[in-house]
Amino acid sequence: MTADMSVTFAGVRFRNPIVAASGTFGFGREYGELYDISALGGVCVKGLTARARLGNPTPRIAETPMGMLNSVGLQNPGVDAFIANELPDLRRLGVVVIANISGNTASEYGEMAEKLSVARVDMVEVNVSCPNVKRGGMMFGTSPDGVAEVTREVKRRSGVPVMVKLSPNVTDIAEIARAAEDAGADALSLINTIVGMRIDVNTRRPVLRMNTGGLSGPAILPVAVRMVWQVARAVQTPVMGMGGVSRWEDAAEMMLAGASLVGVGTANFSDPHAMTEIIAGLEKYANERGVGRVGELTGGVMEY
Amino acid sequence: MERRDCVITENRELADGVFSVSFEAGEAALSARPGMFVHIKCGDSRILRRPISIADARGGEMTVVFEVKGDGTRWLSRRARGGSLDVLGPLGNGFGRMGGRVLAVGGGMGAPPLLFAARTADARVTAVLGFRDGGRIILEDEFRACCDEVYVTTDDGSAGERGTVEAPLGALLARGGYDLIISCGPRPMLTAVARLAASFRVPCRVSLEERMGCGVGACLVCACETARGGAQQMSRVCRDGPVFDAGEVAW
Ligand SMILES: Cc1cc2nc3c(=O)[nH]c(=O)nc-3n(C[C@H](O)[C@H](O)[C@H](O)COP(=O)(O)OP(=O)(O)OC[C@H]3O[C@@H](n4cnc5c(N)ncnc54)[C@H](O)[C@@H]3O)c2cc1C
Ligand SMILES: Cc1cc2nc3c(=O)[nH]c(=O)nc-3n(C[C@H](O)[C@H](O)[C@H](O)COP(=O)(O)O)c2cc1C
Ligand code: FES
Repeated sequence: MTADMSVTFAGVRFRNPIVAASGTFGFGREYGELYDISALGGVCVKGLTARARLGNPTPRIAETPMGMLNSVGLQNPGVDAFIANELPDLRRLGVVVIANISGNTASEYGEMAEKLSVARVDMVEVNVSCPNVKRGGMMFGTSPDGVAEVTREVKRRSGVPVMVKLSPNVTDIAEIARAAEDAGADALSLINTIVGMRIDVNTRRPVLRMNTGGLSGPAILPVAVRMVWQVARAVQTPVMGMGGVSRWEDAAEMMLAGASLVGVGTANFSDPHAMTEIIAGLEKYANERGVGRVGELTGGVMEY
Repeated sequence: MERRDCVITENRELADGVFSVSFEAGEAALSARPGMFVHIKCGDSRILRRPISIADARGGEMTVVFEVKGDGTRWLSRRARGGSLDVLGPLGNGFGRMGGRVLAVGGGMGAPPLLFAARTADARVTAVLGFRDGGRIILEDEFRACCDEVYVTTDDGSAGERGTVEAPLGALLARGGYDLIISCGPRPMLTAVARLAASFRVPCRVSLEERMGCGVGACLVCACETARGGAQQMSRVCRDGPVFDAGEVAW
């Protein structure tokens, strides 16, 4: 039996549930030289802002046990340059395009969502959870009111489905998820990175120039699975789960916890072919277990 | 650029803590150019690959020369002949076309990529190589075999000329006749080389280092401030570099 790997998520059809996580896959060009990225479920592009941003000073990366910290700080060419120079080529590849956006104010988020809808991206992902910028970002994402305000404004101006990306750096993620849902979010994605820090004991200096950064990679998988599980139980809205997924087993785990789509980020750095291998592994698992549609895995955990 | 599992053909210790590892690389070896690098997976427990310059590529084999700095390079130094290595590459832009008379200026672990350049360039090459002390000198014979002239300096004077590469470099530039400088090494040395190159009006290309994630241009962690046509921008060391025109770099 061959499982149906496609997933319809907030009204958008994905070839399979595996999606490149924002900020780890650029605008698809580079990995597109290594393999045909139309084999992926979708691509979340690098976080966009209203105007171009140079990002933070370096070092912007530090290795950690089974993970890494980053403090890129939303370096990007700005939403207009993305629409003019990157989107057409990405479109041509025939992969679902999700535009990840960050603003300083709710109306800036709304303005970007409007431009991107007109430019016909498939979805917008509202990043209210970037730990590496001073204004905007996580400032909105850590309070239910902040999330609701941004979500409402984006929903008002977006012509495409809106996914809100949640921060794990909160006490009760389910409460934030409900606030986003109540404000009209069509989908939720989680988790963004967990704030962390490393110090070089020889120099007594933080490894990152920004002192702190966002933790990603296998180290955060159990935290992500737990949060996806909590959120999926708290809302009706479909969820894209991510955080530490590097093998097909991790993707299956994320789906069983309640995710309909699975984002893969840091694993691409360790193995540039990680996503295609995860897709193949997941398909084999579904076939062997007699799963007719891969979506049947979603929420399939049998809790105690 | 491709990812492949490569069979190690040799692992040799060139100096205390400095290793030369060669591996079969097939097509990847054919597309390798001086200044490019490979991104090597150093064991399953390390999430990030390690970027190492290509020190040589010929006959379907590639060689990297590296110093043990931390866990990743230590793991790499312990790989035995016949073992397998997960290599992504070749990556980056390389030194580009070289002709006429070229000055290759290397500091410490900056020497290996310059050897690949010196050996394959269609140019007459003078090498100026700086090391901390006599015990750290590597690849001197290999440079002598393919260069017109080789000057060696050590910080403590235990071998070659005492001091940094700046003195011999300044003297050579004053003598004149060079069409291009290529350089790789610690940042302070590159800054000095770039300054000398500018004052003698000799084109100069430098290979920069930055901590990397993806190595292919997708994650933007390896940023370096550059100015093209006056406009400040962030370039990616892994993709737009690692080799940059010295005049473009915001020193
Ligand atoms: C383009 C490029 C070419 C290089 N070529 C060579 C070479 O030919 N020979 C050589 O000996 N070294 C070279 N290096 C430096 C080499 O990458 C580091 O020494 C190595 O990554 C250290 O890893 P580690 O696990 O031993 O050290 P750790 O300090 O334990 O590494 C921790 C993390 O920091 C990173 N890191 C530490 N130092 C550096 C550094 N100087 N540059 C970039 N990342 C670093 C590591 O990759 C790792 O992610 C090159 C670096 C770059 C960017
Ligand atoms: C280098 C890097 C850059 C990132 N940039 C963004 C970004 O621009 N916008 C965003 O919403 N998330 C960003 N993220 C977070 C990832 O999309 C993802 O949520 C997180 O890394 C957890 O997944 P992973 O463990 O599979 O990497 C970034 C992560 C990394 C490692
Ligand atoms: S290391 Fe990812 S862009 Fe350079």
